[in-house]
Amino acid sequence: MAIVELAFSALPVHVRTARLIVTAVARRSGVEEALLDEVRLAVGEACSRAVEAHRRNCPDEPVHLELKGEGGRFEVTVTDAVPGEDIAGPGSRTGDRAEGSSGDLTAVGTPEDLAFALANGTVDLGLAVIEGLADDVEISASPKGVQIRMSWPATEAAAAT
Amino acid sequence: MDLKVNDYTTDDGLTVITVEGEIDVYTAPKLREKLIDLVNKGKFHLLVDMEKVEFLDSTGLGVLVGGLKRVRAHDGSLELVCTQERILKIFRITGLTKVFGIHTSIAEAEEKRKDAK
Repeated sequence: MAIVELAFSALPVHVRTARLIVTAVARRSGVEEALLDEVRLAVGEACSRAVEAHRRNCPDEPVHLELKGEGGRFEVTVTDAVPGEDIAGPGSRTGDRAEGSSGDLTAVGTPEDLAFALANGTVDLGLAVIEGLADDVEISASPKGVQIRMSWPATEAAAAT
Repeated sequence: MDLKVNDYTTDDGLTVITVEGEIDVYTAPKLREKLIDLVNKGKFHLLVDMEKVEFLDSTGLGVLVGGLKRVRAHDGSLELVCTQERILKIFRITGLTKVFGIHTSIAEAEEKRKDAK
């Protein structure tokens, strides 16, 4: 099992650095080239979410990433340190995220409605993108913070070398 | 890569905004400022050329939705030029293909604008 861990200050500029590192490790772990764009975007979204949450609540705390290649999967876990950060709308902080918590985008009619929904948090485009791109997603909240775990298929041979 | 944002306005009154680079949580404020600035200058018909955009995340999508809201308040429009599959995929995943007019070229967008008049 190959593990890479990364911690970075909650600054928007570092999200790009995180994307670059994750893409490099994913490639090294045997993720197909065609999937690398999806890995980069989904992990970037998760990191952006965490950075925004930290900047509002605990700007001095770093965001943590763990990249793992094992069992034919490349797994990325993005962990923030904001227990109060709402990922699924008001009142839904604890426990596993409810199904469809990115909000029902198709139900949002006009751009005015969508802009309002984005502003008040009932629609989360970032989660929608993660859910749409990651092969497997698990979002959980604990008193320590929120974890977004995503994974994609990888060739075991590449991950082991 | 930093985000480059430039604009010009056609004789027809369409303001074309060319965007080059990565639109993410770090660079999206630059695009937001440009859109706000143009609306403040009375430019309400915007076409964002995304052919040289290398990366777009939900922060960028949010900026585009915000821009659309602003121009709509003045009976304006905000449409896009994009043929890159990896960028179009993000609009499809989020359902925003129903919100934005997306064209394959600036010429096509101009043509459709003339037809609609």
